[in-house]
Amino acid sequence: MNNGLLQVEELRLHYRTTQGVVQAVDGITFSLAPGQALAVLGESGCGKSSLARAILRLLPRNVEVYDGCVRVNGLDVMLLDEEQFRRDVRWSKISIVMQAAMNALNPVLRVADQVIEPLLVHQDRQHDAALARVRDVFQMVGVPLDFMARYAFELSGGMRQRVVLAMALVLKPPLVLLDEPTSALDVLTQANIMNVLKRIKRDTSTSFILITHDIATSSELADQVAVMYAGQLVEISDAARFFRESLHPYSQKLMASVPRLRDDTKLEYIPGRPPSLINLPRGCRFAPRCPQRFAKCDQDPPMMHTEDSRQVRCWLYE
Amino acid sequence: MQHSTLLSVRHLHTWYELRQRAFGRAGSVRAVDDVTFDLAEGETIAVVGESGCGKSSLAKTILGLYRPTQGEIVFQGQPIHAAKAATLRWYRRQVGFVQQDPYGALPPFMNVHRILAEPLIIHGIRKAQREERIREVLEEVKLVPITDFITKFPHMLSGGQQQRVVIARAILLRPQLIVADEPVSMLDASVRVEILELLRNLQRVHRLAVIYITHDLSAVRHFSERIFVMYGGKIVEKGKVADLLRNPLHPYTRALLRAIPDADATNAETDRDVPPGEPPSLLHPPPGCRFHPRCPLVTPGLCDMLEPPECEPEPLHLTLCWLYKDTKP
Repeated sequence: MNNGLLQVEELRLHYRTTQGVVQAVDGITFSLAPGQALAVLGESGCGKSSLARAILRLLPRNVEVYDGCVRVNGLDVMLLDEEQFRRDVRWSKISIVMQAAMNALNPVLRVADQVIEPLLVHQDRQHDAALARVRDVFQMVGVPLDFMARYAFELSGGMRQRVVLAMALVLKPPLVLLDEPTSALDVLTQANIMNVLKRIKRDTSTSFILITHDIATSSELADQVAVMYAGQLVEISDAARFFRESLHPYSQKLMASVPRLRDDTKLEYIPGRPPSLINLPRGCRFAPRCPQRFAKCDQDPPMMHTEDSRQVRCWLYE
Repeated sequence: MQHSTLLSVRHLHTWYELRQRAFGRAGSVRAVDDVTFDLAEGETIAVVGESGCGKSSLAKTILGLYRPTQGEIVFQGQPIHAAKAATLRWYRRQVGFVQQDPYGALPPFMNVHRILAEPLIIHGIRKAQREERIREVLEEVKLVPITDFITKFPHMLSGGQQQRVVIARAILLRPQLIVADEPVSMLDASVRVEILELLRNLQRVHRLAVIYITHDLSAVRHFSERIFVMYGGKIVEKGKVADLLRNPLHPYTRALLRAIPDADATNAETDRDVPPGEPPSLLHPPPGCRFHPRCPLVTPGLCDMLEPPECEPEPLHLTLCWLYKDTKP
């Protein structure tokens, strides 16, 4: 797996707060091949958005710990200084569609002028050439070209989300992080955006990391699934097997809580609440809520590699 | 299954007038446009639709927060749409409201006890009974041990716990009807199931009628008996959950069902079949059927001219669509 596009090893991002240290990202390891989509699933507060920030080095001021290794095409970008990282990695190699970004478009700029900005900053292109690229990317995401001169407030939610997506794609980065790209949208609009993402993935072999709590929608794009709980990944699997039968008790419970339109299985919920990221329980972090816990769960489980090349952080699979 | 009717809504219209410009009127937003239905005692219906289809306006009109522009709301034989203050006061004890965003719905400067005491004070209930009732509802929504929660302020509670307080407040005055506007859309999947089950249990125990407003069709089957599909201010399809999911009649309902994925890896292989375009403006709705500009089965000269009639191709399964009308004008 050394020819991966992205390799993340033991990535940690802890925040300092008045109540203590929040271990939002706590030793994350995974890799992603070109043209693949990884869905990172987890409930709110599990650290999934912090993971995206840690990969793109978009850090707040109260960072306590930020270490580990992020390799992009084999190059450890954690060693780059801030300016190199900004110039060579952020947006040109990895871009992001932030959660609710469609509501963060600049209200006083025409949308094309916002999408063109990365081209002018990063590639030093002539305005005309850059504009041609903006036109291409608008077509790719399905924004009619006569919307280019409009302002954000003149567009519907779905169109604004496409504009934000265009902004992330305009430099043709090999990897795009999507943080809850459709959760604020309606069902039909959501399906439309997922269709656009599928087409882009097929046509341009862009890789995606899709961060979401919406498991049903994540299955539209994912080749691989990683489940996050309390700052750690607890399972990494290919999508086909994950959606059929997941391994980790948390993943299983999570899947059982998702209503399905086409069958009538009884829904379950997970009793209790996720642990605070400040005072994490000793041993397995899911153990206090786990129906299958046993004596060994008092010890911290490592990531186990199963025979069929899936990974799960649970003593049941030792 | 013979229930008596609790609420009946007839030709309800809620239009919002736009601000006037110089002379003449600027027009109105037709958020609820000719909605008719009956709700039986103890029955749960789900109103499903996309944002801007008028479902929240419908909820608020039923709650008596907006006056309908036209039409009737009759609750237990009492007309509400033009009621006087005394009747409205009585009515507001009979209906509870569960808001979408629990944090926004709870006053941040009141603790749980105060939040729950407020409606009881307003409705003139004596102190001893108030304390008892507050304890009862907290137990019912399973915020136990009560002493842990009663002094807490909303920001000290998790999203699920906040929503439990909102539900406790809604059932406090022993209403007969609960209107829940997207009660779980802000919550995580697992908490969502927990809260919906709580609502379902309360509904069964107290024989509450529930109007459950949502955009999430996949959860609906577990928590309601009938589904109403709303589009462009109108209810375009009404039916029992099983009928509607098995045999969706209106082209919009079909599109909606096709667009919803179930968690399945094969989804990644195919594109979803989604109708083009966007929901109509409620200010200038398209003539004829509101869905005709996006409908794959449109009949030109009919659907774009005349409003479709209500048809009943299956018993108790109604739709507003020309497809099911044999004699066309």
